Amino acid sequence: MNAERITEKLNILADAAKYDVSCASSGSKRKNENKGLGNASNGICHSYTEDGRCVSLLKILLTNHCIFDCAYCVSRKSNDIQRAAFTVQEVVDLTINFYRRNYIEGLFLSSGIFKNADYTMERLVRIAKKLRTEHNFNGYIHLKSIPGASDELMREAGLYADRLSVNLEMPTEEGLKLLAPDKNRQDMIDPMSFLNKEIIQRTEEKKLFKKAPMFAPAGQSTQVIIGATHENDQQILQTANHFYKTFNLKRVYYSGYVPVLADKRLPALNASVPMVRENRLYQADWLLRFYGFNVNEIVNNQQPLLDLDIDPKLGWAIRNMQAFPVDINKADLQMILRVPGIGMESARKIVSARMFAKLNWDQLKKIGVAINRAKYFIICKSNEFERRDLTGTNIKQFILAESKSKYLKNSQTQLSLF
Amino acid sequence: MTTLLHDGTFEGLLTAIFEVYDRRLTHVKMQKGEWYASAMFEDMIKVTTDEARAVRVLKGLRAKLSSAGVQRLYIAHMAALEGEDDIIAGYIRYVFDAGQNIEEDYGNKYVLRVSEIVGMMRREKHRMEAFVRFQKLKDETFYATITPDFNVLPLLIKHFKSRYADQKWIIYDIKRNYGLYYDLHDTQFISLEFSAVNHPGKVIAAYNEEEEIYQHLWKNYFTSVNIPARKNTKLHLRHIPKRYWKHLTEKI
Repeated sequence: MNAERITEKLNILADAAKYDVSCASSGSKRKNENKGLGNASNGICHSYTEDGRCVSLLKILLTNHCIFDCAYCVSRKSNDIQRAAFTVQEVVDLTINFYRRNYIEGLFLSSGIFKNADYTMERLVRIAKKLRTEHNFNGYIHLKSIPGASDELMREAGLYADRLSVNLEMPTEEGLKLLAPDKNRQDMIDPMSFLNKEIIQRTEEKKLFKKAPMFAPAGQSTQVIIGATHENDQQILQTANHFYKTFNLKRVYYSGYVPVLADKRLPALNASVPMVRENRLYQADWLLRFYGFNVNEIVNNQQPLLDLDIDPKLGWAIRNMQAFPVDINKADLQMILRVPGIGMESARKIVSARMFAKLNWDQLKKIGVAINRAKYFIICKSNEFERRDLTGTNIKQFILAESKSKYLKNSQTQLSLF
Repeated sequence: MTTLLHDGTFEGLLTAIFEVYDRRLTHVKMQKGEWYASAMFEDMIKVTTDEARAVRVLKGLRAKLSSAGVQRLYIAHMAALEGEDDIIAGYIRYVFDAGQNIEEDYGNKYVLRVSEIVGMMRREKHRMEAFVRFQKLKDETFYATITPDFNVLPLLIKHFKSRYADQKWIIYDIKRNYGLYYDLHDTQFISLEFSAVNHPGKVIAAYNEEEEIYQHLWKNYFTSVNIPARKNTKLHLRHIPKRYWKHLTEKI
């Protein structure tokens, strides 16, 4: 092995892949039944970069040569950067050797488009196939479905990969047209739709025949870049909601745009990454998927933007004061989940614990409820509760005044620049 | 207040609980350690670990708790936190005194505390599953050292055995001086000579020829995936506290 050359390739092709934020390694149920190498079940983050993101998979491009010229992408054709390409064997060796040392949960393989879609997809599939069939590798594999690749290749990919994804890139079709004129949104939706049908069909088969092979057991995901174009949070979340509902996506990732190019269509190179907004979008996404919220409750025509100062659940609560206070000892789980400061775990514990005895403030605090936020919205076994007739705005001010936002430091440094 | 002195094992603690019911004690305190002479002037009972008695208590627990509930108690005991035996004893007495399964009664201080301790243990176990870094040695064994906050090595067997079924490996807890060895068939606990495990030079001398290349590649990869424009040190440190760095190839 030529260590120097491999190092150079790895640096280039990992650097180019890092803007793809998906790093999930959970949701599969691949077992190590053949006394081979690895398994994939509940995700593990093996390390964290200095920007605090999880490193779970070996995330690389097969190559950063690309025939497209998308403005938001570092690998675009017109960008003057070093180009490289791995061989199939190199990717296999890296994956196996990293995995054996417990560095990673598996492989995330994407690629620039070289020659055409099928040619690229065929190589991605070949790597996954080799790992599974020649190396008995049962670790996690996430492959990109290349828009425009044939159904046959997609089907084969699903047999070897745990998860497949195709990135929508821009939240709306207009955004995509503006920044990636060569790309067509329908080309991205087609493979998603095809794979969704396959997954549903294969799951049915698996119910009937236990021996039927797994097909993309960790489902599909996608990614949208935010802050590169002018879509508001309502448009972004509506899009996400539509894709969750229509294509059974497991995840939609929101990637705050990192300026990589001076282009009048894009934010300036010195623009800061919209990290707070990204965080609020993820919080809203969780409310959709786990907390029983409808997208219109979080963003709507009156409220098209998420409040950056407070989390979206608190935002919903102060707009809907008529729903409170909630009696912790009586309300059903769905309503308790809607209280700001109460998460899934605390809500579950409350509902279990109150069957034994009514709960008071002290117990709620110990269970894990963030009392500083929840106290305005709940009553419990205590004579103390919020008696003032506070408006939503009052509550927001009180909460902001006594909490130390994790973003406070960031916004101060930003302000001092001007 | 009666103090029950036991040997610190789970069986010892369960035997002590047996004594509580056998002697109809009400106010008790659990203490682990050696019997000392002045103790005879205090209200103290020396508990001799008795397997039959421990098993009877365990049977009682199994009848009133789910199997996961019983396991949680054992895990909480493994955490070996100072003074927490009183919590476990309190929990067990609450189990026997209540008419129903109380393992979800999070309003109760014992149940809540046990759930916290188990949470701490699970977190540490999960961290070890993530932060173990194997180094491939000349004899094809993959070797890793750890210094976990709690004694979680026994909890790691299942995960590593099913994952790395086709390679020999050792995970060694330097703090507690014992390790886990998998020989392609089964795992066993081992203890190595102190000078060997505490001498990084000796380990490096035993490296397989490919080892340094892959460590180098991994470090490079780790640097390449970082996005400097998003630097967030606070978050980084929350995810990997500094005390774990000494075993992480990418952070050395």
